[in-house]
Amino acid sequence: MRSPSLRRLLPFALLALFLAAPLAAQDTTSRGVRIGLTYNPGSKPGVAVLPVSGATGDSVRAIVQRDFDFGDRVDPIVLDATMASEASRASGPNWPLLARLGAAAAVQITPTASGFHLAVYNVATKQTALIKDYTTAATPQSRAWRAALHGIADDLEEAFTGVRGIARTRILFERGKRIWVVDSDGEGAMPVSEVGTPISPAWDPSGRAITYSTIVPAGISVLDLATGRARTVVSGAGVYISPVFSPDGGSIIYAHGVDAGVDLYAIPTSGGGARRLSVGRGSDNVSPSFSPDGRRIVFMSGRAGHPEIYTMDADGTNVDLLTPLDIGENAYRASPDWSPDGRLVAFQSQMAGNFQVLTINLRDRGLRQLTSDGRNEDPSWAPDGRHLTFVSNRSGVKQLWVLDIETGRSRQLSRGAPVRVPAWSPRLPAE
Amino acid sequence: MIRRTAVLSLAILSVAGLDGCRRKVVSAPTPVATNASNADSLAALRARQRADSIAAAERAARETAAASDRRSAGEAAAVLAQKVYFDYDRDNLRDDARATLDAKVPILIANPSVTLAITGHTDERGTAEYNLALGQRRAAQVKRYLTSRGIEDARISTQSMGDSQPAVQGTDESAYQQNRRAEFQASGAGTLVAPRS
Repeated sequence: MRSPSLRRLLPFALLALFLAAPLAAQDTTSRGVRIGLTYNPGSKPGVAVLPVSGATGDSVRAIVQRDFDFGDRVDPIVLDATMASEASRASGPNWPLLARLGAAAAVQITPTASGFHLAVYNVATKQTALIKDYTTAATPQSRAWRAALHGIADDLEEAFTGVRGIARTRILFERGKRIWVVDSDGEGAMPVSEVGTPISPAWDPSGRAITYSTIVPAGISVLDLATGRARTVVSGAGVYISPVFSPDGGSIIYAHGVDAGVDLYAIPTSGGGARRLSVGRGSDNVSPSFSPDGRRIVFMSGRAGHPEIYTMDADGTNVDLLTPLDIGENAYRASPDWSPDGRLVAFQSQMAGNFQVLTINLRDRGLRQLTSDGRNEDPSWAPDGRHLTFVSNRSGVKQLWVLDIETGRSRQLSRGAPVRVPAWSPRLPAE
Repeated sequence: MIRRTAVLSLAILSVAGLDGCRRKVVSAPTPVATNASNADSLAALRARQRADSIAAAERAARETAAASDRRSAGEAAAVLAQKVYFDYDRDNLRDDARATLDAKVPILIANPSVTLAITGHTDERGTAEYNLALGQRRAAQVKRYLTSRGIEDARISTQSMGDSQPAVQGTDESAYQQNRRAEFQASGAGTLVAPRS
């Protein structure tokens, strides 16, 4: 989950020193008018995206503004038509107007022959804070073109807040017997696997490949997203369930069983012999998720007679019950996902007759219930460790939703036919 | 499925053929001595009528036997296909499930070349991943029961569909109960015969 090139981002980090405020209490509402650099540390920096020239200008501006909005760290200051026409002049930004609107910064993106030109203005100092050129050969409005803009939005969020955004990420899920992928802003949903019985997709740490299991024939596949080609890593009798890559990408951990329970196994990604990790003694052990350092695995096991969440070392030793037995009712805890910062495990638990998404703190085992509306399940962390996607039937059909755990703000990500088992990508490379 | 149907039809035909021979009990007509040619032709006519009537009786007997064998082969197939049902989040066999499985055992013993594929299913509650494991555990439990009754391990395979193939749609306990099940598919190159009682 580390940024691809720290050196490249250094100017942004410096800018962050100018503009950023600690994000410790982001769920507090900002009060009064922000005054640029001295805005309330508890609020989000206001950023105006200035009108963009050219045929694609409105799309460019809408995409970046929406990324700021969905990122929950930057407050996009929306300019109405009159303001937009006055916000930038030939001589430069209209500082008094931007200040009056509460903008700490203004962003000017200009499409060029080779990509985009970015200028960031510090409203308080009335100075240009950053200039950067982005190269992309992508056709306007294409997937890669949108990805390039998401990358700019992520750079900007990092510049303003010190934390890189998650706009250039995608989410895998299962729908209608195929694995699908959708951009973090809900655009560009498309199937990536053949029609069959695929389930439980998971990302390669590079974001270039995915793994998933198939029910019939039972097995584990790896699919290269660039070529669309899938290969079988392991298959055979019984069931193969819930594969995930290790953080170094070198192995795949999955659940498998025939006639004596279902246990967790590890197999080299390139193929080879599988090694059993868990000793379930006939119980079911599924849904593994690695700690970010790759040293521990959280998983779900029915070994106590009902499904609970356990942790173990990556080699299968030192098994620990993580979830306390006295929460919720009917004792059904499932779908653990270790947060990218290593502090929390998100999971689903049966509460008052429905599944709800909770987190448990690994340090003090403190629990926090994050959902209560409808049936909510299969949580998956965004790489910022602040947003979660999960499946909810609160709109009537099982769809993907995104929740900001800091503010409790949620949005519907998918529409259409019902979906299952989402997996949020790491931050993705430029296309 | 197609293959199994073919196998069963084959079984019915061959079994019916055998039974037809076994049940042939009427002997050939005894010749009667006569003096006249009219009488000869009359006797021949009577003999022919008698042979025809015997043939008709034999045909009827064969058909009855075939129908009975067809019925018992069909019943045997139905018993093998009979599903077993489970409690929520459980793989243990209830009394009704044991009774259903006990009925399959003599058929499997009488048809040693028949193999059985068991598929475990769950209701829609719980996670897709755990349900795949639970379905496998149910199929394995059923297999254990059958092997404990003397059916060879190699004749029974197990797989799980989890919650992906509900038998009925619905979100009430009645639908859930019908979906928490193990299904059976018999196949093999041999013939399916009913166990002799």
